[in-house]
Amino acid sequence: MATLHTVNKSPTDRNTLEACLRLAKGGSSVLMIEDGVYGALKGTQKSGIVEDAMKDIKFYVLGGDLKARGIEENKLIDGVNVVDYAGFVNLATENDRVQSWL
Amino acid sequence: MKFGIQINEGPYTHEASDTAYHFIKAALDNGHEIFRIFFYHDGVHNGTRLTAPPQDDRNIVNRWTELAEKHDLDLVVCVAAAQRRGIADADEAKRNGKDTDNIAPGFRISGLGQLIEAGIQSDRLLVFGD
Repeated sequence: MATLHTVNKSPTDRNTLEACLRLAKGGSSVLMIEDGVYGALKGTQKSGIVEDAMKDIKFYVLGGDLKARGIEENKLIDGVNVVDYAGFVNLATENDRVQSWL
Repeated sequence: MKFGIQINEGPYTHEASDTAYHFIKAALDNGHEIFRIFFYHDGVHNGTRLTAPPQDDRNIVNRWTELAEKHDLDLVVCVAAAQRRGIADADEAKRNGKDTDNIAPGFRISGLGQLIEAGIQSDRLLVFGD
């Protein structure tokens, strides 16, 4: 039973990304949306928590929300996948449930 | 697949109403069904017909009404959250002694049972909010 977790706040603003990664089981996916996309940036104080979790959790980021913030894909942690809204819908169907971290 | 959607945030606040709208559009475009959209907490503000945003901005309320009309969507506003925040249909306005109603076309006011039912009947329930 795989879970899609969505995180919509920056890890420097709230602790939802950290809380999510503390509880997410191996094989689940994390989609960063809205200000959550800041969690996908490499070289930040918080990049390590994503890099450490990557061995058994898949990471995605909503492309439109990156673009809205002027973040180019080459600024992302290696291995984070960029999806559009159709990709978001697919992730919601491919996983057994969706947990929104608000 | 059937999706249930819960929206907890008002329009023009952060992005929940926009993200939810774009998710729902993409789901419909890809052949999925939206069982119900339940507006809860400050999300009930998505359902007032009295908003008048600048013309060059998106009209979030009208956008819901139009999407509901096009795809026959069930837009439900939580009654308890609506009463606290001044969102009323004709019956609610009368019952509470108000001089007008303000619910936007395509929305209806109902109870939390509608959210529970959406959770049971939908394959996935997604929550958008703050």
